[in-house]
Amino acid sequence: MFAFIISRLLQAIPVLLVVGFIAYAMFAFVGDPVTIMLGQDTTEAQRAALVHQLGLDQPFLVQYAHFMWAALHGQFGISYRLARPVSDLIFERLPATVELSLTAAVLALLVGVPMGVYTAIRRDGLLARAFMIFSLVGVSLPTFLIGILLILVFAVLLGWLPSFGRGEVVRFSHWSTGFLTISGWRSLVLPAITLGLFQMTLIMRLVRAEMLEVLRSDYIKFARARGLPERAINFGHALKNTLVPVITIVGLQIGGLLAFSIVTETVFQWPGIGLLLVQSIGVADIPVMSAYLLLVALLFVGINLIVDLLYYAVDPRLRVDRRALTGTR
Amino acid sequence: MTLLEVDGLTVEFPTRRGLLRALDQVSFSIGAGEVLGVVGESGAGKSLTGAAIIGLLEPPGRIAGGQIRLDGRRIDTPTREQLRPIRGRQIGAIFQDPLTTLNPLYSIGRQLVETIQTHLQLSDRDARARAVRWLEEVGIPAARQRIGAYPHEFSGGMRQRVVIALALCAEPRLLIADEPTTALDVSVQAQIIALLKRLTRDHGTAVMLVTHDMGVIAEAADRVAVMYAGRIAEIGPVRAVVQQPAHPYTQGLMDSIPSLQHRVGRLRQIDGAMPRLTAIPAGCAFSPRCPKVFHRCRVERPDLFDAGDTRAACWLYDA
Repeated sequence: MFAFIISRLLQAIPVLLVVGFIAYAMFAFVGDPVTIMLGQDTTEAQRAALVHQLGLDQPFLVQYAHFMWAALHGQFGISYRLARPVSDLIFERLPATVELSLTAAVLALLVGVPMGVYTAIRRDGLLARAFMIFSLVGVSLPTFLIGILLILVFAVLLGWLPSFGRGEVVRFSHWSTGFLTISGWRSLVLPAITLGLFQMTLIMRLVRAEMLEVLRSDYIKFARARGLPERAINFGHALKNTLVPVITIVGLQIGGLLAFSIVTETVFQWPGIGLLLVQSIGVADIPVMSAYLLLVALLFVGINLIVDLLYYAVDPRLRVDRRALTGTR
Repeated sequence: MTLLEVDGLTVEFPTRRGLLRALDQVSFSIGAGEVLGVVGESGAGKSLTGAAIIGLLEPPGRIAGGQIRLDGRRIDTPTREQLRPIRGRQIGAIFQDPLTTLNPLYSIGRQLVETIQTHLQLSDRDARARAVRWLEEVGIPAARQRIGAYPHEFSGGMRQRVVIALALCAEPRLLIADEPTTALDVSVQAQIIALLKRLTRDHGTAVMLVTHDMGVIAEAADRVAVMYAGRIAEIGPVRAVVQQPAHPYTQGLMDSIPSLQHRVGRLRQIDGAMPRLTAIPAGCAFSPRCPKVFHRCRVERPDLFDAGDTRAACWLYDA
């Protein structure tokens, strides 16, 4: 098991190198940061000095090597726009995104899985059909539209919930949390629903499809023939067998939530890393964008590792090799 | 003493092209401790009969007529949840493919204990002890050590033994074995049949043994029912049905079994094929293929008549 984790982490190194390279290569074309940073009346000499100071006069590969070498030491450079270390900027804003994404993910799982099971068991029920129609809306409506609609209804028309920001936050050294204040929770509701709705409906449809497949299987028929209670069959035997594909998708989706909550953060002016990225793209802030993409790559590598470990926990067939090696049973 | 009585059982499937009658007026009984073999071609309704008895017809299939009685108590009407305590406790079932009938994610011990505790008020420890005893009884070596093992760690034959233990661990009085050996190697088939015979004899369990293998029937059954196109063609003691079959279909079936004693140039077969359920002929369903057909067979459906030692649904035996 330990060797497996180590090997997976080693495999992550080339992935990160390639992601960094591609990101850096692309950003050479997003615009000229120097022009954006300087005023209209700067001289050519001042301009050349800034280019040299930023290292932009060096060959591309040298720039990339410098960037990766510094990144290896936890240095992501200085933001062109805000003139502050990129790592500070990201870690300042990371808690907002993490809290938003996790809330959305928990919401999606807690609602999506039971709804999927329900629609599979009561396939022809009225409520199940209503869920299916609702899920179609969730899967097909774009996130920004859902966000704007929610703002319109709950913030503008009804005035129940705030339409932007995080509300009051409580700080613990490097982490700021909105979980401890009422205004923090109130601010979280609309963005979390906006971000989680698509995942919720996706999980629901996935669980439903897998459940329908499993409920037709011989071992479910045999469990019925042995007189096991319906509840034990549906939630014990059937649901567990749907978990492997569901874990795969959910893992990727949670990675996606953390990495690409950009649209939701923009709609709700949520002070997370997604909003930071959007603002940075506008002014070609290359260090921030590169660091962001590296972080996302690292995140996906980590999540995939966790997903693989969960497979082992769920499916005994995957554990067999290890057992044979160690001779335990 | 009669344990199970099936009386005029009719099963229908509503489809877009009308009602399919998959079982038509099927009647038979099984005595306590008796082994009834059920044979017939694919689609004759053998497995469906078993599914109807245990209350596991796949929707939209439904019992459209007749009665099923266990100990004189009707078990064809209650809903699924009312039937649940009967399944496993009164009637057990074994299916064809042992590779797919065990839940791959739970250890066999857990599946056994769960089944035992569903039907018997036993503590975890007692249920576990009972599970080990059943594994020993079906011939799993080192049962105590193997109880935590998962289905994929067993071979096909061993898995079918586990399936048998699961079906019998609450000691039902009737076992419906649906093609229990079809998916197994020939060498393992005989072992499984011998095991089933021994266990059901020891525990006094009656068996409805569904198969298309006449060899298995001859080996294990007391009586045999021959099914054709959703109806019973002939039913009687296994010796009589095998040696002096009365119904022309049964005769054809026996003739088509190759024998080592008599050299024949060519295997005999019954001309034609079983009719589809959408196009069952009026009168006797076998009449289009029957070598002894006469006018009445084509217009009127025969009941079961006494025919020597067996009973056959054939106008030849109308007294």
